[in-house]
Amino acid sequence: MTTPALEVHKLNQWFEKGTPNENHALKNIELTLQPGEFVTIIGGNGAGKSTLLNSVAGSLQVTQGQIKIAGKDVTYQSVAKRANLISRVFQDPRSGTAPLLTVKENLALALKRGAWRNFWRKGVRREDLALMKAKLASLNLGLEDRLDTDIGLLSGGQRQAITLLMATINLPELLLLDEHTAALDPATSATVMALTQQIVSAQNITTLMITHNMQDALKYGTRLIMLDHGRIVVDLPQEKKQGLTIPDLLDLFKEQSGEELNDDAVLLS
Amino acid sequence: MDILTSNISTGFLWAIMAIGVYLTFRILDIADMTAEGSFPLGAAITAHSLVSGVGPLAATLLGFCGGALAGLVSGLLHTKLKIPDLLTGILTMTGLYSVNLFVMKAANLSLLADVKTVFTMVNVGDATLTTIVIGLLILLIVIGLLVLFFNTEMGLAARAVGNNQAMAAANGINNDNMKIIVYMLSNGLIALSGSLMAQTNGYADVSMGIGTLVIALSAIIIAEILVRNVTFGQRLLMIIVGAVIYRLIIAGVLQLGVDPNYLRLFYALMLVLFLALPLVEKEVKKARERAANKREMNN
Ligand SMILES: Nc1ncnc2c1ncn2[C@@H]1O[C@H](COP(=O)(O)OP(=O)(O)OP(=O)(O)O)[C@@H](O)[C@H]1O
Ligand SMILES: [Mg+2]
Repeated sequence: MTTPALEVHKLNQWFEKGTPNENHALKNIELTLQPGEFVTIIGGNGAGKSTLLNSVAGSLQVTQGQIKIAGKDVTYQSVAKRANLISRVFQDPRSGTAPLLTVKENLALALKRGAWRNFWRKGVRREDLALMKAKLASLNLGLEDRLDTDIGLLSGGQRQAITLLMATINLPELLLLDEHTAALDPATSATVMALTQQIVSAQNITTLMITHNMQDALKYGTRLIMLDHGRIVVDLPQEKKQGLTIPDLLDLFKEQSGEELNDDAVLLS
Repeated sequence: MDILTSNISTGFLWAIMAIGVYLTFRILDIADMTAEGSFPLGAAITAHSLVSGVGPLAATLLGFCGGALAGLVSGLLHTKLKIPDLLTGILTMTGLYSVNLFVMKAANLSLLADVKTVFTMVNVGDATLTTIVIGLLILLIVIGLLVLFFNTEMGLAARAVGNNQAMAAANGINNDNMKIIVYMLSNGLIALSGSLMAQTNGYADVSMGIGTLVIALSAIIIAEILVRNVTFGQRLLMIIVGAVIYRLIIAGVLQLGVDPNYLRLFYALMLVLFLALPLVEKEVKKARERAANKREMNN
């Protein structure tokens, strides 16, 4: 048996525990991802999707439970500490890159993700430039000629594509995507989704992707999870996910949670 | 002529301090008050060392290290105890006042004429000229080392922390450690400036740090007004120009017969002016646009 890429065991998260505003955001979550699985997560506003991802990433301390990545217990490791195992693309295109650093400096930082950084070795090494260019060229956005541009000057879509590249330039044990195309216009969003699919499947990266786009949730990935009020209410493997339509999905949600999916993004799409 | 050269040499020493302040101010976005304590600390340590017979180079280096240590304290207070940056600076600065008195055993420590300093180690003939040459040499070494450092793996990480902490953490960079390193470098340089100042002036004084931050910020902002969008190294070089210009403005004001006791009020007012300049520029532009629009509408 291979070691799972991610094991979430009895995960509970409370916000403002012990106050009148107490919010039990995640309830006894059990989730195991085998290496190479590409899981899409859907659910209404406030269902706990981001809370789950933040717990795995380490930006939110776990109140109860255990998180293992590639067999290692990371429950109490800081974000920086577990960065050698996890990489991440945020919703806001500005979040994933350092705006005043150039494209190549950002990529150089990502090349050392989770590794020790020396003060005697050059940050951007000449021998890495070819790799950077090749990777940028694979995005098909003409960015291979912009290595020396400050990343803050690029468009949101370009930045998000580069963030995706940075997250995968060194293979992570687990890739986390939290609505990483939600802030982009529809066309750019489609481009970045296609790139995501291309990179994730080419390198067989274990991935957790939150999306509000039912279409994307069905189209991409090898497994689909639905969260509701802090619980996993639906967990569909590839076989069951295939052939499902959006109405099927909405019905399934209603069946499992007893309510309509309260998701403004869904209503709009 | 002599007034000009002596002001330029002071400008160079201010530039070292301004470069130190620049690191926390622009890389970490912190106006670090520790500067006001680490500047006299560098002076105090070096003066005390020189008087006790330590060689000038070692005494200067000790001054730098003292400042770095002060930076370490501020860095730890800010990152580990999460004390807000401004308060952190005030705390360390206040504590350093006593430390400086302890180091000097008095409010003021004079260097006797026969004490060797980094400026009297070599003799180019003219004393002020020697000060300028050595000051510039030290500046260029400092800038060269900083440019090298901020382009290493670790230096890049430090810049990323100032830019985007979430991104830095997601890439495995320990934000706290990088901030502490920048704090240490910054205050080390400010102390180095204080150390050199004591060696040119021939004394160290506990109150010589008052105004440090305002002077440094003025030099930085002049440099930024002069040229925008330059590389890190070019920016540091421009700070030398900024510091010298600022020093010359001050000298001009003194020449006009302003009482030196009012100098610090003048420092403060100048900085207010520099800080307000971009806003004024914007308002003027807006007013022009409004006027143009009105004319358009009335036609
Ligand atoms: N830092 C926080 N402090 C207090 N409550 C929080 C915090 N973060 C999230 N919550 C609450 O926890 C619940 C789950 O939030 P979460 O952000 O995980 O939802 P989500 O599924 O990502 O929703 P969305 O689709 O709107 O992004 C919500 O009720 C939210 O208000
Ligand atoms: Mg969310």
